Amino acid sequence: MTVQEIIQALSLEVLAAGSKCLGRHVTRGYASDMLSCVMAGAQAGSIWVTMQGHPNVVAVASLLDVAAVVVTEHAPVDPATVQRALEHEIALLTTPRDTFTTVAQLASFGIQGCR
Amino acid sequence: MAERLAQIAADLHIHTVASACAEVEMIPPLIVGRAQRLGLDLIAITDHHCVDNVAAVRQAAEPFGIAVLAGMEVQSREEVHVICLFDRIEQAERWQELIWDHLPRLPNREEFFGAQYVVDAAGDYIRTNEKLLQCSTDLSFDELVELAYRWGGLPIPAHVDRPRNSLFANLGMVPQGVALAGVEISRHTRPEQARSRFPGLVGLGMIQSGDAHRLDEIINTMRLTVASRTVEEIHLALLGRGGRGITIG
Repeated sequence: MTVQEIIQALSLEVLAAGSKCLGRHVTRGYASDMLSCVMAGAQAGSIWVTMQGHPNVVAVASLLDVAAVVVTEHAPVDPATVQRALEHEIALLTTPRDTFTTVAQLASFGIQGCR
Repeated sequence: MAERLAQIAADLHIHTVASACAEVEMIPPLIVGRAQRLGLDLIAITDHHCVDNVAAVRQAAEPFGIAVLAGMEVQSREEVHVICLFDRIEQAERWQELIWDHLPRLPNREEFFGAQYVVDAAGDYIRTNEKLLQCSTDLSFDELVELAYRWGGLPIPAHVDRPRNSLFANLGMVPQGVALAGVEISRHTRPEQARSRFPGLVGLGMIQSGDAHRLDEIINTMRLTVASRTVEEIHLALLGRGGRGITIG
């Protein structure tokens, strides 16, 4: 499933997305709000579901080459996070739904955990 | 006149009974007694989102010549703990007003979190703080650091080596563009261990504190070379400027 298809299927709102990242193919996902855990657990090309909106989210996503980040429950996202997501070609998405529901939806489309 | 630098022993992260998670033994005369036995010259009282017991500890410490900084442990919305240090109590009280505007307006639940007591210099009960203090502010880590500097304080991310409520656990790394002078490591690690575990510590000053919730957790492992026992001098010591510095161990 591509990032674009996930955006449509889950009705996600796009905060930042370069043209390159929308076409990326996603097969795995990871969910955590502890960035140290994400650094150890998420894979390149995965989709990361979190309630963190700090600019370090983009730093970690970029470091790991994560395809997309979904910020759940419309948690506050710093303006610098959006700016850096644009610069680093990370799809930064948001939803009013919670992490559990979002992950369940992703799983229903066959997206699996990173481990 | 040339400034006279001196080496002093300090623990800059100590809780009192105003923190719901602290033991009832954390009252001014016992904290000061322990600090004196350890040979500390300077301590900071850093309760969770509260400065109500700072003046009482300062009063208790005065006869022993131990300086007491007005501090607070603030929790950012990413659940990162940051020690914010101030020289003057009025300054810290205004800071508390500001911080309380960023906390949820909820009552404390003693059965879950514990009680928050305000006491006098003898440790006698004055009142109970009914506000929920054991929770996050709505300030981002970056906003909190900037705000503390703007209020004349010194923000230091607390216990960065710990698995929760720490800059490195919660946010992975030092955020770009945040002007930190240094970080705090806990009593559970050593500086060289912390530096090898967290490459992001390069170029940052470091303090070690007890984060004491019990008397025996107050520690004396740190020497500050400073001209006076002030926040500005600690800031210079973290930056290693003007002959100031910090040694741990």
